[in-house]
Amino acid sequence: MALLEIRNLNLSMKSYEGETQILHGIDLKIERGEIWGMVGETGSGKSLTGLSISQLIPTPPGRYLAGSIEFEGRDLLKTTEREMRALRGRHIGMIFQDPTTNLNPVFRVGTQLVDVALHAGNADPTVLGLGAGASRRTLRQAAREKAVEMLDKVGIPKASERIDDYPHQFSGGMRQRVLIALAMIGKPDLLIADEPTTALDVSVQAQILRLIYDLVTERSIGVLLITHNLGVVAQICSHVAVMFRGRILESGTVADVLKRPSHAYTQALLNSVPTTHTRRGELKGLGGLSPESLA
Amino acid sequence: MLFFVLRRLLLIIPILIGLTLLLFVIARLLPGDPVGLAAGPNATPELIAQLKRQFNLDQPLPIQYWTYLTGLLHGDWGMSVFTRRPVFEDILTYLPATLELVIAAFLIAVLAGIPLGLLTAVYRNGILDYLMRSVALGGIAMPRFFLGLLLQIAFAAWLDILPLSGRYPLIETPPDTVTGFYTIDALIAGDWYAFQIALAHLALPAIAMALSPLATIMRMMRAATIEVLQQDYVMTERALGLSSRLILFKYVLKNAMTSTLTVIGLYVSWLLGGTVLVETVFDWPGLGLYATQAILTQDFMPVIGVTLVIAIIYLLTMLIIDLLYGVFNPKVRYA
Amino acid sequence: MTTEVPVAHLKRNQSARLENWSRAFYRFRQSWLSMIGLALVVVLILIAAFAPFIVPHPEQVQGATNTAARFQPPSADAWFGTNALGQDMFSLVVAGSQVSLFSGLSVVVIAVVVGTAVGAVAGYFGGWIDEILMRLTDLLLTIPSLILAMAVAAALGAGVLNMIIAISLTWWPVYARLVRGEVIGKKEEQFIVAARALGANWLRILCRHILPNIVSPIVIKASLDVGFAILTVASLGFVGIGVKPPTPEWGTLLSGARSYMPGYWWTAVAPGMAIFIAVLAFNLLGDGLRDVLDPKARR
Repeated sequence: MALLEIRNLNLSMKSYEGETQILHGIDLKIERGEIWGMVGETGSGKSLTGLSISQLIPTPPGRYLAGSIEFEGRDLLKTTEREMRALRGRHIGMIFQDPTTNLNPVFRVGTQLVDVALHAGNADPTVLGLGAGASRRTLRQAAREKAVEMLDKVGIPKASERIDDYPHQFSGGMRQRVLIALAMIGKPDLLIADEPTTALDVSVQAQILRLIYDLVTERSIGVLLITHNLGVVAQICSHVAVMFRGRILESGTVADVLKRPSHAYTQALLNSVPTTHTRRGELKGLGGLSPESLA
Repeated sequence: MLFFVLRRLLLIIPILIGLTLLLFVIARLLPGDPVGLAAGPNATPELIAQLKRQFNLDQPLPIQYWTYLTGLLHGDWGMSVFTRRPVFEDILTYLPATLELVIAAFLIAVLAGIPLGLLTAVYRNGILDYLMRSVALGGIAMPRFFLGLLLQIAFAAWLDILPLSGRYPLIETPPDTVTGFYTIDALIAGDWYAFQIALAHLALPAIAMALSPLATIMRMMRAATIEVLQQDYVMTERALGLSSRLILFKYVLKNAMTSTLTVIGLYVSWLLGGTVLVETVFDWPGLGLYATQAILTQDFMPVIGVTLVIAIIYLLTMLIIDLLYGVFNPKVRYA
Repeated sequence: MTTEVPVAHLKRNQSARLENWSRAFYRFRQSWLSMIGLALVVVLILIAAFAPFIVPHPEQVQGATNTAARFQPPSADAWFGTNALGQDMFSLVVAGSQVSLFSGLSVVVIAVVVGTAVGAVAGYFGGWIDEILMRLTDLLLTIPSLILAMAVAAALGAGVLNMIIAISLTWWPVYARLVRGEVIGKKEEQFIVAARALGANWLRILCRHILPNIVSPIVIKASLDVGFAILTVASLGFVGIGVKPPTPEWGTLLSGARSYMPGYWWTAVAPGMAIFIAVLAFNLLGDGLRDVLDPKARR
């Protein structure tokens, strides 16, 4: 049984102008241990796919027309909010793009970490290293210890002191590490990372990618890494799916897709990445392509 | 942070001195003749001269001011021409009643306004929201004294479930004075019956005072909460599985409090200065009535005294609010 | 030979600022609460303006009594009933609108003018002028406004004008602070530097350049304040300071009616509701203006 299997997912959103279909027949299968990159331009529907998995798209404006999202065999489109909450943070972890706006600025970093750890630990005390029937206080203490451990693991020096600091006391790269810690502290089976390095300096990007890679290979977690940066995909992904205007144009192992792309769009994407051989004035954009012209 | 508090506390002194000067100047500049009023229509020039001497009004202005200022520090806040008692004593007698009323109103406004603001933001455009927004619009426009009157008519006269006026029934003795707040004193004395009576008398005046601040606090909280709910970090908190209740009442609440604190600060002066309007309606023997009576008889000392007391309370409250800003928003702390 | 080249003409010869205002009014129209506020305010102003001609019993407004008809409940003859002296409550309340509305509006106008002058000078010149003016402003803000207004009004004596002066005295500091902040914000902008380079003196810069650009927050605050000014006027009347009978004023009418509660409720409810509706109307209008003019309040 695959960790995550999306079949024929169709999503539409209602807006002022009417209802538009955003996702068209998305098919994706992620097994444990696979790091899937999802690439595409802005507006291709990558983020919405990620949000759909966690059922974070509000269903008044959004509407799932067809398809299913199966997580360990269970169709998430048919779960209640309560059931989803049990999965979020615990079995499915999420990291968002901007570390500055994604951490609550008026709370200490530790508070948020402890709350997530407690949420996971209440359902399953083994996450905190405890047995069943542990008291509230023990759970809290264990959660705090886990939080310090996690901060240390993501590479924050003096974790036991910095756990009581506020987000504005950290640098951008450090904040992203905190967000990664938040996503991983519940020991999830699936990690969804939406542009985790886009807001960071190039030098920090590599470190963060390395960190993510080490964390997920340690426990063979399945990962969906959403990005518009092919370089990121090439660095740590095992598989990749190319998205364009709500459709997956092609998917497969990184070696297959990037070395031998079968779709003209993928080729165009690859061509647009500047290399050391690119001369001045030679940048190749993609222009305005329609899916029909790329059949 | 301690420095900050100390500095602010010390700054209060020059502010108060400046205040006494300003008030003194205003009082002397204004037309009016308190001695003439106090002496009565049949006063002889000798009586008037004697009263003038008694109240130091025959000295040149700067000396009057200096006497007053030094007197302040010794607990001599002048004499009330009308009550013939030291102003300080009068204030001590009437202050607890006013404070009890103001604090009760404040608590009602804050303890009801903040949660209602949160809830109406979450359940936007629901029935609760429309109801509360109407109440808010009406609450701000409703004059305290009219509301008090209506409450009296409704609850005391027609329904007869709450007392009409006063702090305590005349035929009974209030609890022994520890704080001067009948409610607290009753609790301290363990007298449940007295507590209920005091509370019943406090209810209507406090509600009359509380409606306007409650309405504004609720509106501000609602607006702030709506803004906070759109922030990225709330999405992250949801994505990590935290319950809506936890997110709302722990996280969002703290984020939204800063703007609400500002609104609360604006109402402190309104509450402290306007007690007379409710005290009149409910025969509540407080500073407002005392000051108004002094104003009507052109009696300066009590007015200055009451203003100083209110100013001190106001400045201290502003200090606390400024400190609370730091509690709710770590970025503005004075570490 | 020259050929005629088609030239584009503006359809309406409107300055950009005027267009901003007309767009703002369009947005204002969208909110029905604001429109209700506007309508009520217009009605109130009309009533107040033509009060002497509308009242059924103008002589009673001047003080005539009719003790035969004391305490009549509301009826077709007397819409709001009669009071202890047999006077028609409707006439009194309508006449009272003149005092309340006129006073309320005057207070705000005076406060805006004085406050803007003080704040603009303080903000523009800075330095010790700013220090002195702001210290004075802060001191005035520390004094509870109602008590100060009452004290000054009582000392000056009875009368509408004295009351307006007294309340304005307590109202201008807030505008001074507001304007000072805005002026300080605008002072360093490029167009001011340019104006100074062109030789404009401080008065010209303030009036011609800075003030027109900070009109919005002042208008918003002023419109929201009129309601509270009316409330303050009524509060003073209620306490017995300001206007003296027989001049009808909503606060004094309410105060006089207290002794006859709850039996003759209309003697209090009529003036009380008048205050409430007037304040509500101006608040709705003020809210509407704020939603439309305040860039921060765009939802």
